[in-house]
Amino acid sequence: MSTYLGMPTVRPHPDTPPAAPLRWGPSFPQAARQTLRDEQLRANLRTATRTIRDKRRRVTAELGDWEQLRDAGAAIKADVMSRLPELLIELEANVTARGGVVHWARDAAEANAIVTGIVRAAGAREVVKVKSMATQEIGLNDALAAVGVDAVETDLAERIVQLAGDMPSHILVPAIHRNRAEIQEIFAHRMGDAPPGLSDEPRALAMAARAHLRARFLRAEVAISGANLAIAETGTVAVVESEGNGRMCLTLPRVLVTAMGIEKVLPTFADLEVFLQLLPRSSTGERMNPYTSMWTGVTPGDGPSEFHLVLLDNGRTRALADELGRQALHCIRCSACLNVCPVYEHTGGHAYGSVYPGPIGAILTPQLLGLGDEGGPFGAHDPTGSLPFASTLCGACYEACPVKIDIPSALIHLRERALHPDGGHPPTATDLAMGAAARVLASGRLLRLAGRAAALVGRVTGGRPIHRLPWPGSLWTRVRDVPGLPRRSLSAWWRDRGSR
Amino acid sequence: MTDPTAREEMLARIRAALGARPPAATAVPRDYQRVGSLGRGSAEVLDLLADRLEDYRATVVRVAGPDGVPAAVGALLAEVGSVVAPEGVPDAWLGAITADVRRDEPALTHAELDAVPAVLTGCRVAVAETGTVVLDGSAGQGRRALTLVPDRHVVVVLADQVVHAVPDAVAVLAAHPERPLTWISGPSATSDIELVRVEGVHGPRDLRVVIVGRTSS
Ligand code: SF4
Repeated sequence: MSTYLGMPTVRPHPDTPPAAPLRWGPSFPQAARQTLRDEQLRANLRTATRTIRDKRRRVTAELGDWEQLRDAGAAIKADVMSRLPELLIELEANVTARGGVVHWARDAAEANAIVTGIVRAAGAREVVKVKSMATQEIGLNDALAAVGVDAVETDLAERIVQLAGDMPSHILVPAIHRNRAEIQEIFAHRMGDAPPGLSDEPRALAMAARAHLRARFLRAEVAISGANLAIAETGTVAVVESEGNGRMCLTLPRVLVTAMGIEKVLPTFADLEVFLQLLPRSSTGERMNPYTSMWTGVTPGDGPSEFHLVLLDNGRTRALADELGRQALHCIRCSACLNVCPVYEHTGGHAYGSVYPGPIGAILTPQLLGLGDEGGPFGAHDPTGSLPFASTLCGACYEACPVKIDIPSALIHLRERALHPDGGHPPTATDLAMGAAARVLASGRLLRLAGRAAALVGRVTGGRPIHRLPWPGSLWTRVRDVPGLPRRSLSAWWRDRGSR
Repeated sequence: MTDPTAREEMLARIRAALGARPPAATAVPRDYQRVGSLGRGSAEVLDLLADRLEDYRATVVRVAGPDGVPAAVGALLAEVGSVVAPEGVPDAWLGAITADVRRDEPALTHAELDAVPAVLTGCRVAVAETGTVVLDGSAGQGRRALTLVPDRHVVVVLADQVVHAVPDAVAVLAAHPERPLTWISGPSATSDIELVRVEGVHGPRDLRVVIVGRTSS
């Protein structure tokens, strides 16, 4: 055997871990061209997304009041946005009253500095982590590594991704792009304490992870988590999970640090009755996930004696300023929109080049980074600009979303923003048509029609081996096309409209 | 420590973002079911709980009344060497246990707890529709680590603790929202590898529930 130099047979996705987890790599069309060549990936994704989709459909149909719950969820979220300052202040007061410490972080660097400061003050060289989108978004693990702290991901899929030096490709199942053989190889080569002769049976792999992490849970001094929600009225924070790694992290260490986007706050304890129904049924397709933990500050004699809550902006206020786009902040990260998205199913999560892939990523990532904003980090030349075009506008995401985020309208709106990065140059004819389309579609009248057209094209071309996209390839490669819309009637519509 | 500058600036940014056109404040429509249709502690609701727990691979034992609890608990713990029972677990429940009963006084260390194979507790409330048992750390439930580290969790659920739906349970828990809450629905599980469900990862791999109360059949 030759000298072992890494993992020759396990594909790295992507080649190098990105420096900016919110947006890395090439534009969506370029990245998608790469991932579409990966037949194995597409097969994995097809099976996986279909499985979750079916489960979700079954358990949401079980509740006679599902639509009423969605309406309530959507309204609660809109209400939260409208009084965000007072709710955050209320949350802060209640967490503080119960012995917690609340920190405010304007951006990733500030959040990382706060967390690394707490970890160092606790004298820890190793921390255990609960899967958290917020800490991924800010690149916390790298920040901790830079000060000599080893951050151990404890969610199974997250650990797989971490050991592989990979990036997550799905919000809920970050290693959805890996099959059992690949995972076996990653564990055998990278885990350090994998049992000899480890098989690729999911149970054997899960038990290897249990053994690998157990000692780390029991000795951990500091844990880091995200939060699915926090209640302003009581100061209660919640983590929803399945494996029990969350409970381990939230219960056993002496110090707990929770990083949470400011949009995750909910007004009242009673709102739990809505979100504890919407979230598990939409995300894993279960009536209830195995474990949900809630804690309020510090409880003497039970769990961590030190609790820090880091409230994270990192672009959220930028998104909030967009009247139509701000609904992306309603997202509860259930991942239902990924699982129903035909684009996601074909390209996989890595094509989006962000920790937030899929339909929600296509509207959230650009806004967090200030798509087209003069003052945004990328100015007019914005690598997130291609993301809002990564959609057929079929509307499946909107139908699946438990809080009824109108992703198609937001996509169209953001396409317009992407096309007019500086807020207004003399428009070309295409721009005008595009803008018109955006407005029509935003009004919802033609949306269904456009969706049908796109879906039809998808069906007609979908069976072929794909080295380009199965719906109008121009959709992504030539950003200025209006997807799936009958051009003549659109221009006719525009003429009429323009002459008024 | 909290940086007052960051706090003030974030709040200012939010206010500026909401600016002239904040989202319209609409009343939240709450016409979903806020009260379950099955009565608390009814035979139907207990049946539903049993069914949903089994669906998520918990072991369920039904006993008609409190007299049946000791034998049921004893049988569910028959082959373990020791079990931890937090303060407040009724002595009667321990009557038929052959295992060494450990108390959490003084508090067991993580390592000591890791050597105990089982834990016996009560609960605060159970949700039939979702097959969920909720602990809030009050009498008979112990601190959270006790029901986490041992591999087998035996929990006794009394009829009047069983409600139909999630909103019913939230209403019960709202009396003490500050208590640490653990919602448990079946044993720990993962579906992270090819979406194949594997029961039993880090939390107790073995959840056994004794439901105390009448069945409808
Ligand atoms: S946008 Fe909606 S469907 Fe998508 S992850 Fe967020 S809440 Fe779920």
